[in-house]
Amino acid sequence: MTKQIKLQVARYRPEQESEPAFDEYEVPCHSDWVVLDGLNHVKDQIDGTLSYRWSCRMGICGSCGMTVNGEPKLTCATFLDDYAPGPVRVEPLRNFPVIRDLVVDLGDFMQKLVRVKPWIVRSVEKPLAAGEYLQSPEEMDEYKQFSMCINCMLCYSACPIYGLDPKFIGPAAIALAQRYNLDSRDEGAAERLEILSEHEGIWGCTFVGECTKVCPKNVNPAGAIQRYKLNAALESVKSFFLPRGA
Amino acid sequence: MIKRSAEPLLWMVFSAGGVVAALVLPMLLFLFGVAFPLGWIAPPSATHLASVIGHPLTRLTLVVVCTVSLFHAAHRFRYTLYDGLQIKHLNEIIALACYGGAVVGSVASAYLLATF
Amino acid sequence: MAHIAEHYTAYHPRWLRPHISTYWWLRKRSYFAFILREVSSVFVAWSVVYLLLIVYAVGQGAVQYQELLEWSRQPWVVIVNVSSLLLVGFHAVTWFNLAPQALVVRFGHTHLPGSFISLSNYAAWVAVSAIVAWIVIGG
Repeated sequence: MTKQIKLQVARYRPEQESEPAFDEYEVPCHSDWVVLDGLNHVKDQIDGTLSYRWSCRMGICGSCGMTVNGEPKLTCATFLDDYAPGPVRVEPLRNFPVIRDLVVDLGDFMQKLVRVKPWIVRSVEKPLAAGEYLQSPEEMDEYKQFSMCINCMLCYSACPIYGLDPKFIGPAAIALAQRYNLDSRDEGAAERLEILSEHEGIWGCTFVGECTKVCPKNVNPAGAIQRYKLNAALESVKSFFLPRGA
Repeated sequence: MIKRSAEPLLWMVFSAGGVVAALVLPMLLFLFGVAFPLGWIAPPSATHLASVIGHPLTRLTLVVVCTVSLFHAAHRFRYTLYDGLQIKHLNEIIALACYGGAVVGSVASAYLLATF
Repeated sequence: MAHIAEHYTAYHPRWLRPHISTYWWLRKRSYFAFILREVSSVFVAWSVVYLLLIVYAVGQGAVQYQELLEWSRQPWVVIVNVSSLLLVGFHAVTWFNLAPQALVVRFGHTHLPGSFISLSNYAAWVAVSAIVAWIVIGG
């Protein structure tokens, strides 16, 4: 008889109840099983009505983020054995509206992501015949860390500022803006500065640092934001003394 | 054209205040708040302190230290009220009270040290 | 099209939006440490006020200065000042540890290591503290 572990899974079935509830399931606790394996076991063998998101099960798609024992985690990267003897409490990602069971709505982030223009912005595009944009390894290292973001939203879940004020643009959006600002091929820093220097942009951040703690890809959004604050402040001083630009 | 906002300037003053407060205040607080009252170190005489504080460089330094530290505290406390107590609708009043307090304190310190 | 929209609206699930408790900062140790760090600002402000009280007393003369020293020996004043010292110290330590995150300095082909910036800050702290002590106590 393999070791078992109890999962306490949050359920929310809007068509039959207005309050969330917890259902308990006993799942096998294999040494190489992650929480996602446990949830898949529940859906396959015990309760097919459980709803949740997942895809690659290897930490690159960013779909399976949930709150495990109060912490935002990728369920495909969180081993059941680490919680033995259990129980393991699985809830939807905090700070987002819950659609059903463990599924949350990420529409807010999607809107914010588009606003920061996460693509190479150039005043004049090089024609194809002119060849590739050349970039040295050092130039790539400048932004590489911030390009690792998988949009898993664990940082938004951990950020108390976002929880208290959903208008805050949030860690991942700013880190992704930085990924492009620091890219040597990009010329869009000024455009992004307009969006990010709003009150609910970078200035809403009070450097709690939780976002960096929970990020599964070591993006360090907190560092990106503080660095950008300094940048934006210096730009503000420059634009005050040289209104038409240096 | 970037919308002219006060936030970048406030953040820079907050940062300057943070550095200054961190470097200068702990030792001053240790001496005047703990070491002298508890008799660990003999307190300096009033004459010595008067001559130290009287020096124009000291007076200027103290005014700067007090001003940026107060603005640092005001900025941080404003955000703590805003976020910690979730009283966002009182945003303008909180900002006025916090920065206003810092202004009052800074003016008081400037007056005190100018007339020392 | 309107026909389909009506059906969709009728069956659109009611989203759950849990309310954030006023005591959210008690839920996690790191949240509590963050709020403590932010509250240190109150004690920074008190330090400035206390400093100004000393300056005022010295300015009024030796008698006022002695009275202030007497007052600073009262237990509640000592407690306030010890708490202030601890929290202002906490502010200083967290500040110096986090400073490298904002200050990214290019160094040849790469960046200056963060530890270098932190250690420079700590060294400056020691130096400034020594100078302040030397000036106050009487060199």
